[in-house]
Amino acid sequence: MEQTKPKLKLAVYWAAACGGCCVSVLDVHEKLFDVIAAADLVFWPIALDIKYKDVEEMPDNYIDITLFNGAVRNSENEHMARLLRKKSKILLAYGSCSHLGGIPGLANFSTKEDIFRRVFEECESVVNNNNSKPLPEYEVPEGILELPVFYNDVRSLAQVVDVDYYLPGCPPQTDRFLEVFTAIVTGAELPPKGAVIGASVKAQCDECVRKKSEDKRIKKFYRPWEINDDGETCFMEQGVLCMGPATRAGCGYRCIKGNAPCRGCYGPSSDTTDPGAKMMSAIASIIDEKEPEDIKRVIDDVVDPAGTFYRFSLPTSLIRRKMS
Amino acid sequence: MEFNPKIVAFLCNWCSYTGADLAGTSRMEYKANVRAIRVMCSGRIEPTFVLRAFTQGADGVLICGCHPGDCHYQEGNYRCLRRYLLLQKYIEQMGIETQRLKLEWISASEGKQFAELVNSFTETIRDLGPCKIKEIVNVLT
Repeated sequence: MEQTKPKLKLAVYWAAACGGCCVSVLDVHEKLFDVIAAADLVFWPIALDIKYKDVEEMPDNYIDITLFNGAVRNSENEHMARLLRKKSKILLAYGSCSHLGGIPGLANFSTKEDIFRRVFEECESVVNNNNSKPLPEYEVPEGILELPVFYNDVRSLAQVVDVDYYLPGCPPQTDRFLEVFTAIVTGAELPPKGAVIGASVKAQCDECVRKKSEDKRIKKFYRPWEINDDGETCFMEQGVLCMGPATRAGCGYRCIKGNAPCRGCYGPSSDTTDPGAKMMSAIASIIDEKEPEDIKRVIDDVVDPAGTFYRFSLPTSLIRRKMS
Repeated sequence: MEFNPKIVAFLCNWCSYTGADLAGTSRMEYKANVRAIRVMCSGRIEPTFVLRAFTQGADGVLICGCHPGDCHYQEGNYRCLRRYLLLQKYIEQMGIETQRLKLEWISASEGKQFAELVNSFTETIRDLGPCKIKEIVNVLT
């Protein structure tokens, strides 16, 4: 990597995330030396002991690139999103959660009340005799203790602050991250603001290696463990739901190569507005029944359409959350 | 103020739009709550259209196509039926009343049936009250 610019300042932050995105950055392995030769890591809670107040003291636009992973679930996440936006020249939504809402976004099927009731009252492993719930502020003799405010809705990063680029994936493929990073370091021309980078514009099916025929006809859907996958034929043709038609390519088909159907973590392809709507279209085209009762029987096999089609994208889908 | 539902109706060019046209040329009166959108075939109606109608403030969505077997393009209306049944299952999961989305077959000669359908569907939506989707989506933006 030849460097044409002064050494970059790089930050990585996790909001409502599992930590997998941070690990995917670590997965650069020995290329980490190239990364740190080109960039100083100025903030990375998983690896460096730098406090929020240190970030607050940085001048605006001090950080060149922030890889922000995780959705916005509480006031701490939102505070850090706004803070890092102010301090960063390029804010990159890294991974499905900050791109689309991700797995934490599935909480939009519930309300804050539902979640608190389940977690602090009903959960089998919880003993909570005084029925305590977390409070944003609690007074103790030493002063006031504070906790972040838990929001009713999970939001993607772009629903809270202005985002420059999106790098999708759960987690993003490390090679894709390195390509993007190298492009920035070498001063290559950057795509227009708002672009999804490190991924293809096409759908998975356009590039999928499995054998496809034009004539897909399904009379029954199966869960992956219910069939004897031949390892070659398109999952949909075998009656297994695969998010390929509604998902952006670019991940390198790790799931499909591992004989598992696509789950849709790269989000909708460039011509798709809503991944679930696209999947409903795709499925409707291959169900080989014409009578309403027969169609309903086939659809019954799709046990949880909303959870399956919007596994990574509920907060950014058209309907966004369950109505209450 | 009395609730006046906004209803988006997707009508296929060959049967249902012509049926709606017949209601008009026959001077039948029906409720003015429906905003008709002509599409070439009910098979053209992507689930995105329906969901977007709701997010932009529709209180109900009506889909009309040719009767089974009569589709101008052989089987567009069957596709429509399958999408509709999937959509029904999805919107129920999202806590949206399934009555807000309705599919009916209207042929080119069924102007009277179209007028009656619009009247009855408008009443159904009026009873359900305003749809919350637009409001909730706006709060989240």
